[in-house]
Amino acid sequence: MKRIYVNEEWCLGCHLCEYNCAFANSGKKDMITALKGKPIYPRIHIEENDKICYAVSCRHCMDPICIKSCIAGAISKTDGVVHIDQYKCVGCLTCVLVCPYGALAPNENGIMQKCELCLENTCGEPACVKGCPNNAIVYEERSE
Amino acid sequence: MAQYVIIGNGVAAIGCIEGIRKTDTQNTIIVISEEPHPVYCRPLISYYLEGKTDLERMAYRSKDYYKEMNCEVIYGKKAVHIDASAKQVVLDDDTVISYDKLCLATGSYSFVPPMKGLDTVEHKYSFMTLDDTLALESAITKDSKILIVGAGLIGLKCAEGLKDRVAGITVCDLANRVLSSILDFDCAAMVQRHLEENGISFLLEDSVASFDKNTAYMKSGKTVDFDVLVLAVGVRANTALLSETGGEVNRGILINTKMETSVSDIYAAGDCTEGEDISCNDKRVLALLPNAYMQGNCAGINMAGGSCVFGKAIPMNSIGFFGLHIMTAGSYYPSDEGGELYEEQSQGVLKRFFTRNGYLTGFILIGDTSRAGIYTSLIRERIPLDSIDFETLKKTATSTVFSSEKRKHFFGGVV
Ligand SMILES: Cc1cc2nc3c(=O)[nH]c(=O)nc-3n(C[C@H](O)[C@H](O)[C@H](O)COP(=O)(O)OP(=O)(O)OC[C@H]3O[C@@H](n4cnc5c(N)ncnc54)[C@H](O)[C@@H]3O)c2cc1C
Ligand code: SF4
Ligand code: SF4
Repeated sequence: MKRIYVNEEWCLGCHLCEYNCAFANSGKKDMITALKGKPIYPRIHIEENDKICYAVSCRHCMDPICIKSCIAGAISKTDGVVHIDQYKCVGCLTCVLVCPYGALAPNENGIMQKCELCLENTCGEPACVKGCPNNAIVYEERSE
Repeated sequence: MAQYVIIGNGVAAIGCIEGIRKTDTQNTIIVISEEPHPVYCRPLISYYLEGKTDLERMAYRSKDYYKEMNCEVIYGKKAVHIDASAKQVVLDDDTVISYDKLCLATGSYSFVPPMKGLDTVEHKYSFMTLDDTLALESAITKDSKILIVGAGLIGLKCAEGLKDRVAGITVCDLANRVLSSILDFDCAAMVQRHLEENGISFLLEDSVASFDKNTAYMKSGKTVDFDVLVLAVGVRANTALLSETGGEVNRGILINTKMETSVSDIYAAGDCTEGEDISCNDKRVLALLPNAYMQGNCAGINMAGGSCVFGKAIPMNSIGFFGLHIMTAGSYYPSDEGGELYEEQSQGVLKRFFTRNGYLTGFILIGDTSRAGIYTSLIRERIPLDSIDFETLKKTATSTVFSSEKRKHFFGGVV
């Protein structure tokens, strides 16, 4: 399946992916009304220190520990895509405690969210990848 | 034709079913469920009282789950005996069920020590099952005063769930702090303060000397008037079925890393077991949902002839009370056992990291729990701290501390 992969050496640390993600998942038509003057809760985030930076989002693991650990049975996997049922989630953060990649964080209401590859929103393919100015994140098949 | 039997119908049982069905989609699975319900999310019973979920959403799996998994569930019946030589399970209505492979996923029960006058208390409940919860719910009104005995996870979650539905809640515990099994004194004090600010009252280092109807007479001489009593003193693993057949049990059913018990063809998983905890290299009962699923899954794979080893079990907890999140994991060694403690503190945040011999063995995070799974992975994967930038990690959980090869594997590979 296609997943999001990082080319660490090409990341500029511009944080555009975070804004594109927040906008794609906002359900709004216009980026200004969606994001301006508000704290954003993107499903991808930049990790950085003084030498490196790169974007982190859900790895859609082969054997996801978040699914096994969710106390509400809210996480599932269909055709390789790991999905959170936000209606079932109670915001306990157990998934945050177990995800080795630091890939999930709650939304503004304390309900869990993470990258679902923009398959459920109107974008249809990862908005972060589409908007990355330097190909530092790509969406493609890689061998297992 | 092989027949699988699972005793219990909680999350460990579901892990087991899904483990079996990874390889064997054909042979019959019989699930014996004492509770008259399809599997539900036990940890959500307090969220139900709080109104954050409902009975429908509490289902752990979909409506058609057992059918899709080709399982037969026997509801409302209890397994009372195992004949390991005949490979049979006997139920409380004398039904006899044969097995080729058996999994004990019997969980735990609420342990109530003898307390003087307890029989005079009309409204008293445990807080373990859906039926306990519905009974408790029907006993409370907005004027009820609640006494909860036990300031552990279950007692405090119950307090949170009831808070806005009753007039007042008092929690008592023999220990000198709340959540004594997972928090040290300072961390517990911080959590207790937060709970008190949210209207929960505590009587710590105190216990009930006797009950007389709606009054509890405490050892300290205090008295507590209540309308409804919740008993959340502690839980004990359901081990009797195996010990009666001569199988090895300690505080839980003893299992190896394949989830095999000492009796051949009998496996066990979840809260009823005692298995290896790699954060202390010792056996422990790890009564937590993630472990229940992973152990059950491992048992199921092995029962169906596959090969699975689950050797990464550690205690780990993520709990929140009134908006304050707390995460704990692993073991905390004191300095006289070679342990070292690192602390980070800021407004509303307390983080403690426990290390020993160059490894992270445990942590407590209060207030800032972002990306905590990175810390958990250091314990589970036994990553030597000198191979990473632990100084940075103490301040913030970040994958930048790993080597570039590792990051390449994490974020450029299929994991
Ligand atoms: C209020 C509460 C809050 C919790 N919160 C959390 C949390 O936040 N995070 C977390 O990780 N864990 C939490 N837990 C713990 C978690 O619920 C358990 O670890 C998990 O449910 C264990 O699953 P299990 O399948 O091993 O056992 P159980 O869920 O206990 O299932 C065992 C089942 O077996 C049945 N049974 C027992 N004996 C027999 C028999 N002889 N015949 C037939 N059936 C039998 C029992 O009736 C029961 O239904 C919480 C528990 C409670 C009570
Ligand atoms: S949330 Fe974490 S554990 Fe779950 S699939 Fe994504 S990367 Fe894997
Ligand atoms: S926060 Fe939500 S998705 Fe994550 S483990 Fe808890 S209930 Fe499941």
